[in-house]
Amino acid sequence: MTEATPLSKDLVSILDLDRGQVELILDTAESFAEVSERTIKKVPTLRGRTLVGLFFEPSTRTSASFEIAAKRLSADWVSFSLASSSLTKGESLIDTVRNLDAMAPDMVVVRHADPGVPRMLALRVACSVINAGDGAHEHPSQALLDAFTIRKAKGHLEGLLVAMIGDIELSRVVRSNIHLLQMMGARVRVAGPRSMMPLGIEEMGVEVVYSTAEAVRDADVVMMLRIQLERESRARFPSLREYFDVFALTPERLEGAKDDVIILHPGPMNRGVEISSEVADGPYSVILDQVSNGVAVRMALLYLWTLRPEDAS
Amino acid sequence: MTLLLRGARVVDPSQDLDRICDVLMADGCVVEIAESIDIGEDVEVLELQGKILTPGLIDVHVHLREPGHEYKETIRSGCRAAAAGGFTAVACMANTEPVNDNRSVTEHILVTAQRHGFARVYPIGAISKGLRGEELAEIGQLADAGVVGISDDGRPVENADLMRRALAYAQHFDLPVIQHAQDLELSGRGVMHEGAWSTRLGLPGIPGVAEDTMVARDLLLVELTGGRYHLQHLSTARSLDLIRDAKARGLAVTTEVTPHHLLLNDQAVSDSGMSTDTKMNPPLRSEADRAAMIEGLVDGSIDLIASDHAPHHVDEKDRQFSEAPFGIVGLETTVSLCLDRLVGAELLSLNRLVELLSCRPAEIFGLPGGSLAPGRPADATVLDLEREVVVDPASFQSKSRSTPFGEWSLRGAAVQTILGGRPVVL
Repeated sequence: MTEATPLSKDLVSILDLDRGQVELILDTAESFAEVSERTIKKVPTLRGRTLVGLFFEPSTRTSASFEIAAKRLSADWVSFSLASSSLTKGESLIDTVRNLDAMAPDMVVVRHADPGVPRMLALRVACSVINAGDGAHEHPSQALLDAFTIRKAKGHLEGLLVAMIGDIELSRVVRSNIHLLQMMGARVRVAGPRSMMPLGIEEMGVEVVYSTAEAVRDADVVMMLRIQLERESRARFPSLREYFDVFALTPERLEGAKDDVIILHPGPMNRGVEISSEVADGPYSVILDQVSNGVAVRMALLYLWTLRPEDAS
Repeated sequence: MTLLLRGARVVDPSQDLDRICDVLMADGCVVEIAESIDIGEDVEVLELQGKILTPGLIDVHVHLREPGHEYKETIRSGCRAAAAGGFTAVACMANTEPVNDNRSVTEHILVTAQRHGFARVYPIGAISKGLRGEELAEIGQLADAGVVGISDDGRPVENADLMRRALAYAQHFDLPVIQHAQDLELSGRGVMHEGAWSTRLGLPGIPGVAEDTMVARDLLLVELTGGRYHLQHLSTARSLDLIRDAKARGLAVTTEVTPHHLLLNDQAVSDSGMSTDTKMNPPLRSEADRAAMIEGLVDGSIDLIASDHAPHHVDEKDRQFSEAPFGIVGLETTVSLCLDRLVGAELLSLNRLVELLSCRPAEIFGLPGGSLAPGRPADATVLDLEREVVVDPASFQSKSRSTPFGEWSLRGAAVQTILGGRPVVL
């Protein structure tokens, strides 16, 4: 673990990491996974540390996962959501975060609807900034927990074929996963309706196909993406019913995949839209494992970025 | 006042002039150009050996923000920026508050500019009242008050019928109809060029086709009406092809390109860490588009270079990329960028650059400058091709500091402007 190159101040993009650091994170998460299996799910590792969650966009799963991770490490966790922030009072985003920074937290975890916000804040505050999702840009902790889940099921990431299916255009999960999986030696295939496929995605080194059955062919891992009901869906596809008919992952469409395929979904899942319940609850699904692993991976992130070696000195 | 400019290499494509000579100016006009001019005692002399003297440079696309948005820029600060950057004249867009859609605003701009000096200001009037794209502004009144063209810049004229009527009606006053070509449905919520980089960054894109479809439509309307059309800030290869085709068919069509669309592509958004200094409209396009802009300049399809100087307050730009307003400043970077990256890189001759920055703008907009022939206005720009500059936004005369060219090291600069026969002192 000591051989990895030092971590940068912030985790804003998967591109901030190298392969050794990814392995360090996954190995650290492995050791924390056990804490969640104890009766008393708490270790004193981050006692006295103040971690701040800033959720400028509604988030249940990610904010809960970070909060539980923080509390299992005995850190003090303070979380703000958009409704309770000063932004509604006309204070600028930058001023809000500078004010928080002046209270000397050890870390800020940020979720925002606009790409680039975590980086912008990271450049202006002394503490570490962890990106918990910025628009359609990146969601590094999700990609790391996906990698953790895949590695646990398959033993490795190298050489796997991972298919990501759904709203490629608006998915931050896709971008972080493409960077991470390629860094770890996996191949990535993306699929979805042509009207939701962003221009130039192939320049990220992925294979692009346009049918779900074709996407899962010989895949080791199938990652379904949420169809964003709340955002910009209008005009990009006609209806949820038609989306299910043409693109959903059903048992029939899964037939061409490898025999030991696993199914992931970053959640929240729309049953009967992008995935049928038979598949979501079926034997190949590791969707709930992802959620449990999410806590372990986020414990690793909080631990590693709060106790970076340069801080110790 | 009589002024002799002595010993400069005079580059004036309007009279096929490129040699070392003296220029005598009196009473606001050029009086004589000759190898050597003898003068009496009461003449001020500016020794310009080793320098280049050109007709005063003209930027036909700037936003001076006054009236209404003086916190971003004023006529005074914008004209000081022009003078500092080597420009003796600018054409300012109508998207002020109130909009320059009536003669009282036009007259206010002209009087204010005159009072401050530093550079000539030629107002552009609105095409439609309030830039709302619904009914024509009083174009005849605006022309009478002194506008040199009409544009709803900042917004496209979406309504095809209104564009048709504007192209037809403006001919009575010999004004070009100047279009910011963008289909707002196609550009949607976009904040940068749509392509591989917007996809990587997860930022909503403005596709090149948002410009192309509007240009195609407009050119068909030009053909129908016989009107004069000037396309602003051309940014795509496909639109350039459409312009070439229209010119080949003899339509009265001209276009301009900005230094940033010539020198930067959409990767700059990523490389700068999504700096809002790379956010403007039209956005920085693909590398193929950028290369096409250079090609269009070299082959003459593009008529002129204009900066689209669009100042914003630092608090407005110091926000996340999606929220910041579109626009960067250009008056104080254009000349050095062009001298270094276009002339220095041997893509263009100095003569061609002077055409692009002075002669053609004057011709297209019917301005009195653009030439140092005797009898023409005594507006000139002095260039030093050897001057090494590092772009330093903190030293700008403009109120705005937003530029993607900060820290660029460039060779060549404008070192003095002469306005109406007097050296401009900042």
